[in-house]
Amino acid sequence: MTNGWNDIKNADLVLVMGGNPAENHPCGFKWAIKARQERGAKIICVDPRFNRTAAVSDIFLQIRPGSDLAFMGGLINYVIQNKKYNEEYIKHFTNAPYIVKDTYSFDPATGLFSGYDPEKRKYDQSLWGYELDEKGMAKKDMTLTHPRCVFQLMKEFYSRYTPEVVEKLTGIPKEKFLEVAKLIAETGAPDKSMTHLYALGWTHHSFGVQLIGSMAILQLLLGNIGVPGGGVNALRGHSNVQGMTDLAGEGRFLPGYLKPPKASEQTLKDHIDANTPKAVDLSMNYWSNYGKFYVSLLKAWFGNAATPENEFAYHYLPKIDKVIAMDEILDRMYRGKMEGMVSIGMNILASNPNVKKISEGLAKLKWLVVMDPFETEMANFWKYVQDPSKVQTEVFLLPSAIFAEKEGSYTNSGRVIKWKYKAAEPPGDAKDEFWVAGQLWNRIKSLYQKEGGKFPDPILNLTWNFKNPYYPTAEEVLHEMNGYALADITDEKGNVVVKKGERVPGFAVLKDDGTTACGMWLYSGVFPQSGNRAKSTDLSDPSGLGVYAGYGYSWPANRRILYNRASADPSGKPWSPKKKYIWWNEAEGKWVGHDVPDIKPDLTPDYGPFIMLPEGRGRLFAAQLVDGPFPEHYEPFESPVENILHPKTPHNPVVKVYKSDLDLLGTPDKFPYVATTYRVVEHFHYWTKHIYGTSALVPKMFIELPEELAKELGIKAGDIVRVSTARGSAEGYALPTKRIKPLVINGKKVYTVGIPIHWGNEGVVKGALANMITPFVWDPNSQTPEFKGFLCKVEKVKA
Amino acid sequence: MELTRRSFLKIGGISAGSALIAGLGFDPKPAMARVQGLKISNAKAVKSICPYCSVSCGVIIYTLTDGAMNVKPRVVHVEGNPDDPVNRGTLCPKGATLKDFINAPNRLKKPLYRPAGAKEWKEISWEEALDRIAKLIKDTRDKTFIERDEKGQLVNRCESIAWVVGSTIGNEEGYLWVKMGVALGLVARETQARI
Amino acid sequence: MATVTTEGTVGLGLRRVSASKAPDQNIKKSDQLAILVDISSCIGCKACEAACAQWHDLKPPLHTEEKLFTGYQSGPGLAPNLFMYMRFQEVEMDKGLVWAITKYQCMHCADPGCLKACPSPGAIIQYTNGIVDFDHSKCIGCKFCLSGCPFDVPRYDANNKPWKCNFCVDRVSNGLEPMCVKTCPTNALHFGTKEEMLIRANKLLEGLKKRGFDKAAVYDPPGVGGTGYIYLLPHGDKPEIYGLPKEASISPLVSLWKGPVKLIGSIVLWGTLLGAFLQLILFGPIKVGKKEKKEG
Repeated sequence: MTNGWNDIKNADLVLVMGGNPAENHPCGFKWAIKARQERGAKIICVDPRFNRTAAVSDIFLQIRPGSDLAFMGGLINYVIQNKKYNEEYIKHFTNAPYIVKDTYSFDPATGLFSGYDPEKRKYDQSLWGYELDEKGMAKKDMTLTHPRCVFQLMKEFYSRYTPEVVEKLTGIPKEKFLEVAKLIAETGAPDKSMTHLYALGWTHHSFGVQLIGSMAILQLLLGNIGVPGGGVNALRGHSNVQGMTDLAGEGRFLPGYLKPPKASEQTLKDHIDANTPKAVDLSMNYWSNYGKFYVSLLKAWFGNAATPENEFAYHYLPKIDKVIAMDEILDRMYRGKMEGMVSIGMNILASNPNVKKISEGLAKLKWLVVMDPFETEMANFWKYVQDPSKVQTEVFLLPSAIFAEKEGSYTNSGRVIKWKYKAAEPPGDAKDEFWVAGQLWNRIKSLYQKEGGKFPDPILNLTWNFKNPYYPTAEEVLHEMNGYALADITDEKGNVVVKKGERVPGFAVLKDDGTTACGMWLYSGVFPQSGNRAKSTDLSDPSGLGVYAGYGYSWPANRRILYNRASADPSGKPWSPKKKYIWWNEAEGKWVGHDVPDIKPDLTPDYGPFIMLPEGRGRLFAAQLVDGPFPEHYEPFESPVENILHPKTPHNPVVKVYKSDLDLLGTPDKFPYVATTYRVVEHFHYWTKHIYGTSALVPKMFIELPEELAKELGIKAGDIVRVSTARGSAEGYALPTKRIKPLVINGKKVYTVGIPIHWGNEGVVKGALANMITPFVWDPNSQTPEFKGFLCKVEKVKA
Repeated sequence: MELTRRSFLKIGGISAGSALIAGLGFDPKPAMARVQGLKISNAKAVKSICPYCSVSCGVIIYTLTDGAMNVKPRVVHVEGNPDDPVNRGTLCPKGATLKDFINAPNRLKKPLYRPAGAKEWKEISWEEALDRIAKLIKDTRDKTFIERDEKGQLVNRCESIAWVVGSTIGNEEGYLWVKMGVALGLVARETQARI
Repeated sequence: MATVTTEGTVGLGLRRVSASKAPDQNIKKSDQLAILVDISSCIGCKACEAACAQWHDLKPPLHTEEKLFTGYQSGPGLAPNLFMYMRFQEVEMDKGLVWAITKYQCMHCADPGCLKACPSPGAIIQYTNGIVDFDHSKCIGCKFCLSGCPFDVPRYDANNKPWKCNFCVDRVSNGLEPMCVKTCPTNALHFGTKEEMLIRANKLLEGLKKRGFDKAAVYDPPGVGGTGYIYLLPHGDKPEIYGLPKEASISPLVSLWKGPVKLIGSIVLWGTLLGAFLQLILFGPIKVGKKEKKEG
């Protein structure tokens, strides 16, 4: 989230689109209800189903799954055509005035941007950059009239998304769309803000990142980024999903969004040069510190083995050419290219698309280690095949402790790191992951010590500075993450700011000369020498805006609202007294306010508020995205209708198409209805079905379908129905509902079928695995599967 | 007149009710009543965080016992932490049933092992399991390690072990597992960030 | 249920006790308590339902039987091991679709029909704070409390003992809020004195009217003297869409026995008790068939 949970109460308008927070984040959604109770904020819900968020919203619009980008395009167009954008904001805080190179173009007829290679299904993104002057600065036109400035290009690009086109694509009547567009556009006023709440309803598309980009554009146009009650807020999923993303659970990162080296970057210098951006405008350009964070990480991990002479053991890091994310892991597994898998607390069989493909893939592994509190489908996959003796996979199922049985911190989606204490012992022989990591690592290390092996250096030299190496404690690990000085650290004047051996106060003091070690620069400051700030519980909120600076620790540097310098106008004055948050104190020559300023405190207001970007300005045009610098509407890979904008390029043209015998896609003649999967509030993933209390609340897998469709098919509530797709089928209890209506899409009647995901083969309650039917199609930027919007048919199995 | 079960009970109620009161002539006149004590009044309260969604609601876990050495503490109740600013004591139905999660009878209590081709799990000790897993990781890594790619560039990586660390574990454990994965040269690393 | 003793000086004041004369009201005093259910903020998440079961250490029914499907609802309704549940109903109204979701449980009537119907002295008590509670040690299992209840609430266990929401009297008398109220994630449940809750309800009502719910109303049925649970209904003219009776009142039959019927009571008494005794010996306890409802 850019803003955080408590800040939602400061909104004047709450737009819920691509998420269902009443069901999936009820305790965070309370702040939307508060905004309404206390400020009269309106809540708008745009969703394929009238869900529990819709039940308490002021306005609900039913949208066809997979058509959200058309709606967003319509909103952007509305705001531009009706001049509802905050002109000062976009001139100074976004790249609207930047001139784009003339090698960029978009062809509305084909739906393709310039530089497309149909063979490789890739764009040459270098064609989309800015025009730079001789000093390497981006050329700008502050009048926003240059035909190739971002603003004009954008205006033209989105002019196609008229209310009529929106209606044809989404099924939302033009009048309804305009009613909502008007309300949204009003938040472009300086004293108003709109918050946007989204989660997997937007990411689960083959164009998920573009959807979020489209909202970033809208919110930037309206000046709603960096202000209280604004932002683009990813509500996210699991308790520590933010933490594990920050910590590089994904192979495409190293902790703190540092990058793993590429094979082409053979030296540390190559790598740091390639990843240290050059400012193209007046920008703090904070990633210019990339090298400091990188070397500090190498020092934290490889200790004395990391020296200036050996480039701080840079060659210990694996170099990659291609990110092997979940889609690739599953596909390689199916193709027999994976030998082993270690899974800590994941159930990849249940939670990924195309269960059949995954199941066959798991059977091709030589070994599989699963650690979980319950017997999961993934661990038991070999039980579900006809002849388990043919499955040659060796499988371990290790009993794990759960949250209450170990100490440590979680980072919530508002970026707040909070501590939890141990309340109980795990049952039986169950163990926590600290113990298992300690035990396993020491065994691996001693095997390499005894037997040698391939490139043992990083293993033998990996720092493991724990009092009991077989059982590290949470605070010992947090100490390493926070970072510490390996020599006395001095400031510019030569004063010692951190003594050798002490923990650093924050990432600002990190060095690239090997005198600091820091395993997680982004969290640096959470555990300064004075103590563990994740444990802090000060409830004071002096501004009354829900800024609990003393409760937990919010990365980066305890900032609660990101980009908060943008809450003041270009000269540094608050946009409005109502939205006063961070402002420039002329007398003192520094930024002050209710939060930690998201900019160097003494940096003059002419520097851009988006300090992590070389522009210092928010991107309305993002050449960094692999599927295009402006978000364009593409149909889901399985769609009931043609793409009326450009029938020749119906789908996202850079999505990787997997072509194994099990990667099947259906067509509307055989599978006429649009399906979408989702969650209900009573359950969590494939986990709570093991738990009595939650299972009793919603015991049965059900399929929601419009009453009209149920009638057509002769289906009554409680009948058992089967939903089938090109991949497989799932059965559940029919729940005909008034809450999903048939839609008219470009003249064609389209039915939406809803499938909650929480059941499976194991647990107190059982039911079909929803992912038997979902397609193996993934977003090209984030590798997120397309669970929302695929084709199915429905039939009655049993009355 | 159709007599439903409920109205039948009503009629019965009149006769028996009136009968009882008049017949026995009971007439106690208590002015107050004492209700049972609070079940958590002596329980130990420990601050924790709900493990489900990313709101990270503060919870208080109540365990029975005063901490005496002969007793294994037992979780008797979980409720919201009123002092956590994000949830202010509230919980969702999942958070409200955390006691059932912690005390679930179907929690795994022993390491289980399924040898290649077997039809059942068998119990295995942690020692045996960890020894074997360490060996398997090393064997696969050594066998499939890529020191240099086709272009001859030094890459020092292993692509054939997937290292999947979910996002329900805390930052500190998560960090350790990421660190181990990278040190092993593993590039097929994933987490539960998108599904 | 709370273990209740009606002896001693420590404890909650009593307002009414079943089949007994009124307790002395001059000894203890306390404010009338109430829970306000703001339907307009309720997301139907069932946190209250779950928390209720957890606090009371209930094992709520787990409906896995194939023939019973209740959709979003956890089951057909209240049960001895389920003191409250969420009702779900989809209704098309003039202004569009309404998903009417209601928290349903004992209403803690100011004038409790169950207590009035109860023939067993001390089995049902009403504290001066308005909470209506059962004392199983004094219950004779006759089920008359259900006949007296205008809201169809008490449910009976295998021994015919009635169970229902007790307003977390244990928590309340120990300085805590009822479990459901504490848990509610969207501030749809409020707890305080009845007076405060009515003020709050009316304030929220104003807000609802401003949002265009011109038929919104506070539900505090006068037929039972008002209730300990009051509801803010966005569509107040149609309480039935929320599963609440439009006119809640105690059956006139229940108050009958206090008058003329009392005279013939003793004649009937021994016959009834004998009959009940023989029934128990010969056939076991009477079982009340559960009403099954299918709701989306």
